[in-house]
Amino acid sequence: MMGSENQGFEEAHLYASKEEMENLVLDEPLNDNKSHSNYRSALSSLADTHHPLSPPVAATPADSDPLLAPPSYSDFGNPSIHDNSYLDPPSYADVTFSPFDGDTGNDINGIESPSKSSDNSGSLSRSPSSSSEYIKITVSNPQKEQETSNSLVPGGNTYVTYLITTRTNIPEFGASEFSVRRRFRDIVTLSDRLAESYRGYFVPPRPDKNVVESQVMQKQEFVEQRRVALEKYLRRLADHPVIRKSDELKVFLQVQGKLPLPTSTDVASRMLDGAAKLPKQLFGESAVAPHEIVQPAKGGRDLLRLFKELRQSMANDWGGSKPPVVEEDKEFLERKEKMHELEQQLSNASQQAESLVKAQQDMGETMGELGLAFIKLTKFENEEAMFNSQRVRAADMKGLATAAVKASRFYRELNAQTVKHLDTFHEYLGLMLSVNGAFSDRSSALLTVQTLISELDSLHSRAEKLESASSKIFGGDKSRIHKLEELKETIRVTEDAKNVAIREYERIKGLMLDDDGI
Amino acid sequence: MITVQRSVSGSSQSPRSPSSQPFLSVSVTDPVKLGNGVQAYISYRVITKTNFPEYQGPEKIVIRRYSDFVWLRDRLFEKYKGIFIPPLPEKSAVEKFRFSAEFIEMRRQALDIFVNRIASHQELQQSEDLRTFLQADEEMMERLRSHETGIFKKKPADLMQIFKDVQSRVSDVVLGKEKPVEESNPEYEKLKNYVFELENHLAEAQKHAYRLVKRHRELGQSLSDFGKAAKLLGACEGNALGKAFSELGAKSETLSIKLQKEAHQLLMSFEEPLKDYVRAVQSIKATIAERANAFRQQCELAETIKLKEINLDKLMLTRSDKVGEAEIEYKELKAASEEATNRFETIVRLMNEEIVRFQEQKTVDMGIAFHEFAKGQARLANGIADAWRSLLPKLEVCSS
Repeated sequence: MMGSENQGFEEAHLYASKEEMENLVLDEPLNDNKSHSNYRSALSSLADTHHPLSPPVAATPADSDPLLAPPSYSDFGNPSIHDNSYLDPPSYADVTFSPFDGDTGNDINGIESPSKSSDNSGSLSRSPSSSSEYIKITVSNPQKEQETSNSLVPGGNTYVTYLITTRTNIPEFGASEFSVRRRFRDIVTLSDRLAESYRGYFVPPRPDKNVVESQVMQKQEFVEQRRVALEKYLRRLADHPVIRKSDELKVFLQVQGKLPLPTSTDVASRMLDGAAKLPKQLFGESAVAPHEIVQPAKGGRDLLRLFKELRQSMANDWGGSKPPVVEEDKEFLERKEKMHELEQQLSNASQQAESLVKAQQDMGETMGELGLAFIKLTKFENEEAMFNSQRVRAADMKGLATAAVKASRFYRELNAQTVKHLDTFHEYLGLMLSVNGAFSDRSSALLTVQTLISELDSLHSRAEKLESASSKIFGGDKSRIHKLEELKETIRVTEDAKNVAIREYERIKGLMLDDDGI
Repeated sequence: MITVQRSVSGSSQSPRSPSSQPFLSVSVTDPVKLGNGVQAYISYRVITKTNFPEYQGPEKIVIRRYSDFVWLRDRLFEKYKGIFIPPLPEKSAVEKFRFSAEFIEMRRQALDIFVNRIASHQELQQSEDLRTFLQADEEMMERLRSHETGIFKKKPADLMQIFKDVQSRVSDVVLGKEKPVEESNPEYEKLKNYVFELENHLAEAQKHAYRLVKRHRELGQSLSDFGKAAKLLGACEGNALGKAFSELGAKSETLSIKLQKEAHQLLMSFEEPLKDYVRAVQSIKATIAERANAFRQQCELAETIKLKEINLDKLMLTRSDKVGEAEIEYKELKAASEEATNRFETIVRLMNEEIVRFQEQKTVDMGIAFHEFAKGQARLANGIADAWRSLLPKLEVCSS
């Protein structure tokens, strides 16, 4: 197919199917002796297809198109003094066309359009999980609402809610179509609760809070951007084979009124809480409750546990001895490497895609500006014409200008398409975030296990020391025995915690094996 | 009008056949860098083929450099007032760009066009200076080139003229008649306005054309970078998906090459002609200035003559012995005035012919440039469409 550039242009001209191309009278090679009458006849045929320009704002949509702006073009109507073959000024109706949408364009080229339309770009899954079940979520209708109850600021806070409509045939939902209103804060809550419940899974990342943008951007634009992001996020959740069945999601999508999920606390309150508990932890013999073990130490209120795990991780990295349990799964390590490499390449490709889009946009813009400059020249030559050769030249310029402007619009359309499709790169990058999340879940679970094992070791050796010390005292040492009892209790709890931690780690490990397909 | 043949490789007419048309064909070829460091410059081979009797022979090859062309242009401008002397490409300002292959090629092309326009112009082709330029050996050329053009080269009559100019201008100032004398010719006014405005419009078009060339280059670069990134990504993925990415990347890189090629084409066949057009208009402005000069001289001489007439009459009445001297002076002035009037009228006549020729020539030139532009863009678009289209079947395998 590349060879076509070696064919005479004449052939390529025939091959081109777009009707705009056919307007170019290109198959007559020009030479020095070309008589101007040739120009004229070619031009008159072109002129026939033009309609006289009345209102310049003819057919193009009234968006901010620079070509339409100067109203002075309506002065074109004046006939020139040496009127022989007065040429109509560029008709903007020529220049308009219907946007190149996927179907018509593909038909022209004789190729079937791809089966997946880019409307479903929200779904990243390469293979639908269960073909008969579906959840379709739409986010729409943003509305401003007032914070009613006890706001510090009189006049109240306003926030935006979005209408979230779900259509599904999954029986667990109990209905086939329903809607709720939610605000962005609710999404944050949902996302946090899912991260806790689905530790180790590739949980899709939620949209950013965008604090700065929300102040700086135009309200309307920002809300629209957010709406799109929310829709994408929820659709991804709905596509995830495990998460789509979660209680958290169900409750989010269905329960009217206030979202009945525990809200996340901010970092400051957590730190304060943790700091309050710390003295008790340090002086007493406290052990981590097994049920808390399944959550990572980071993000929790247990500062002591945080410190212990931090110490453990440093011992892992720089300590002389190997930790009791290590990441042995070579396959996991390999996959981790691969994921890292993939992430880097995705990021790189994503960046290059952005530059590509910019370059295309610039091309379209400059082409349009060139066309505009020639339109001005055309007008000038026509108005000032003292010779026929000028009018002929003006006609040529007009042809060029029209083509350039059309080409510029094509570039714009091309870019819109490109942006849509290349967007997938950016989405995959988002996916990498969730993969990274899962990997770090696994690492933190392992760290917990290692910490607990180390702790158990030290508890055991302390117990031994106490025992041997108290056995040396005849009759026993009431306080030591009491301490020993306490210690043994702590050991038991820690032993339980260790087992829970190990189970959690193994669970996450297990997930890694089959979650890769998602 | 004599046809200009640009090709070096022989004309279809033998110079010796008696029925052959007179022709003069020149080509500027073979740029070679000479000299070292700051002194370095480019020399060109100028090949002349002609059957003009005034020329030394049917073929002559000489070596010339840019400043020789400048000499020729300046001489022609001096001698042929009223004719739009073909424009020269600019001296390059940017040092490091001066020897890039692209710049050298652009300049060579422009110089070739310059000489050929002279050679195909009815009047200019008769010029002795042209003959010198095309035939003189390199040493003579160097002497001519570096010879100072200044007051020392002027003939005595010219000197007189200059003094008289200054004299009358001074008297004008003294008498308070300072306003510049201009023609009151509405059509000519219109032409002047046209020329000045045309330059603005053309400059803008040329600016955008140059930017378009840049955009092509940038897009080419982006495609190349993107192609590389896609290939690397493909290496990560492996299996069918990986292969698809690799194919995508390879296509992207192929297209990048097409774009760079087209950028070059656009520069040579579209942007250069536009720039040439701008230069041509600037040359017209120079001729306009010459015409204004000639007109002014004519007017001043006419004024001076009137004064002298009055003076002469006075002298004759008083039977002064200065009459003889005054009569001679008067005769000289009369002659000079006639000469000035002739000069001016020649310029007017020539300009009228030239403007017609110019407009027609430009229409042809631009027609070609636009044709090339459209051809190039269509070719590029086709190439791009083909490339992506040929990729689709390979990708379909993957997404099924």
